[in-house]
Amino acid sequence: MLKDITLGQYYPVDSVIHRLDPRVKLFGTLIYIICLFVSDHVAGFALMTALLAGVIFLSKVPFSYMVRGLKAILLLLVIAGAFNLFLTPGEAAFTLWKISVTRQGIRSALLMIFRMVYLIIGTSIMTLTTTPNQLTDGLEKSLSVLNYIHVPVHEIAMMMSIALRFIPILIEETDKIMKAQMARGADFEKRGLINKAKAMVPLLVPLFVSAFRRANDLALAMEARCYHGGEGRTKMKPLHYRRVDGVAYLLILLALVASIVVAVLF
Amino acid sequence: MGIIEAKDLVHEYYRRDEEGNVESIETAVDHVDLSVQPGQFISILGHNGSGKSTLAKHINALLLPTEGTLLVDGKDTSVAANELSIRRNAGMVFQNPDNQIIASVVEEDVGFGPENIGVPTEEIWQRVEKALKSVGMWEYRTHSPNRLSGGQKQRVAIAGVMAMEPKCIILDEPTAMLDPDGRKEVIKTAHELNKKKGVTIILITHYMEEVVDSDYVYVMEKGAVVMQGSPREIFSQVDALKKYRLDVPQVTLLADELRKAGMNIPAGILTREELLEALCR
Repeated sequence: MLKDITLGQYYPVDSVIHRLDPRVKLFGTLIYIICLFVSDHVAGFALMTALLAGVIFLSKVPFSYMVRGLKAILLLLVIAGAFNLFLTPGEAAFTLWKISVTRQGIRSALLMIFRMVYLIIGTSIMTLTTTPNQLTDGLEKSLSVLNYIHVPVHEIAMMMSIALRFIPILIEETDKIMKAQMARGADFEKRGLINKAKAMVPLLVPLFVSAFRRANDLALAMEARCYHGGEGRTKMKPLHYRRVDGVAYLLILLALVASIVVAVLF
Repeated sequence: MGIIEAKDLVHEYYRRDEEGNVESIETAVDHVDLSVQPGQFISILGHNGSGKSTLAKHINALLLPTEGTLLVDGKDTSVAANELSIRRNAGMVFQNPDNQIIASVVEEDVGFGPENIGVPTEEIWQRVEKALKSVGMWEYRTHSPNRLSGGQKQRVAIAGVMAMEPKCIILDEPTAMLDPDGRKEVIKTAHELNKKKGVTIILITHYMEEVVDSDYVYVMEKGAVVMQGSPREIFSQVDALKKYRLDVPQVTLLADELRKAGMNIPAGILTREELLEALCR
């Protein structure tokens, strides 16, 4: 049952966006977020919508996949929207019973919802078109400047990719432990938060013990294969920029400039 | 001189209490002498806790001797500067296939070793191809290791070691967690590498069936080498083997019983075919 969880949400098709260097996509996502917070006018909305639609079209990922991510934040959207709507002081637009809704409130609620929805859709494009491995590679490469201030970038990226490798194994193991406990009468279907938390204890303890054992074995195996940190290490699949990546960088910067111009003009 | 030369090798584990005082000393490897010639297929047999895995970890410089010396390809393992070149020349495959595969794609895992020793990108790809083909896993190069069987995972692990182009490979109970088919697969692969690529193989196991085809066998008990010789010499001493709690293969047992009962059968029968031949004579 736990096996069905898919890791990351990579959607495997061949598209221009998929083939882009992960560094470009990381940078693009960052700029996209900045653009979102720069624009606060209908014209800005229109520009962002056009950009997003273009990228979605190029990525060949069905739109429904991107909307899925929204379900998780639906409650957050409603609450944040309501707070903005009712608690923003200003000129009253209309009054419901004793609570007045202000013009500014409507505006900031709309803005807020627009930004959150676009944020989720935009960032999910990145995770849908980039494999977890590419993502860690991209992060390692683009954060390598941090090496100068002694941040162990390679080690962090290595940990991330090992974690990704072991998630399915640990899920399988959880499944096994759960079945073993159920065979001896453990009940994982009790209702109530406290009961559920209690049921987790006999699951988590053996899982942690075995995870540590695995970590120990893996460390030994890595050492046996000459692993000695990032120093003097070569890459089997190094990241190389191609022309298309350059074009993408240019377009991303253009989008940034355009959204700033729009924000200043209106 | 041999590729692996152990002289009077001793390894002691210290068990310490909370203050760090030594509570007890356990001698895991007890004055072992070992000599392996390049290109040989050596087996080390022993029951659980006989010290065979501890010995194996010495050859890869994962553990250092308490006393005595161990030379791998002429280099002393206790010298820290030799560590990398020893690990490069003596690859190691462990028991649990899941816990030694690092990457989430087969080819990337095989490339992990060469990446560590700084092989240029193009050569990594050549080595990965060669290594995967030599263990018959080339078709699976883009698969996730999670979808492979135990025997296949262990072959990927062997390929990962082969890609570093070592002179010898130490297989530390590579079959202990596999089903019978997977076991045969792995042992066959080890023999093929030994014959076709001339890689020295040191197989550590407690399954006697697996050592039948080796060139030389060591039997360990309580950290010491108690028997050594060709498989035939070892297998002819059934009573001694039983004393060391080793499971003697059924054919050998049967032949031994028949011989004791007075039949004219040579000692040290290794395979069913040999027994058949001896009986029909």
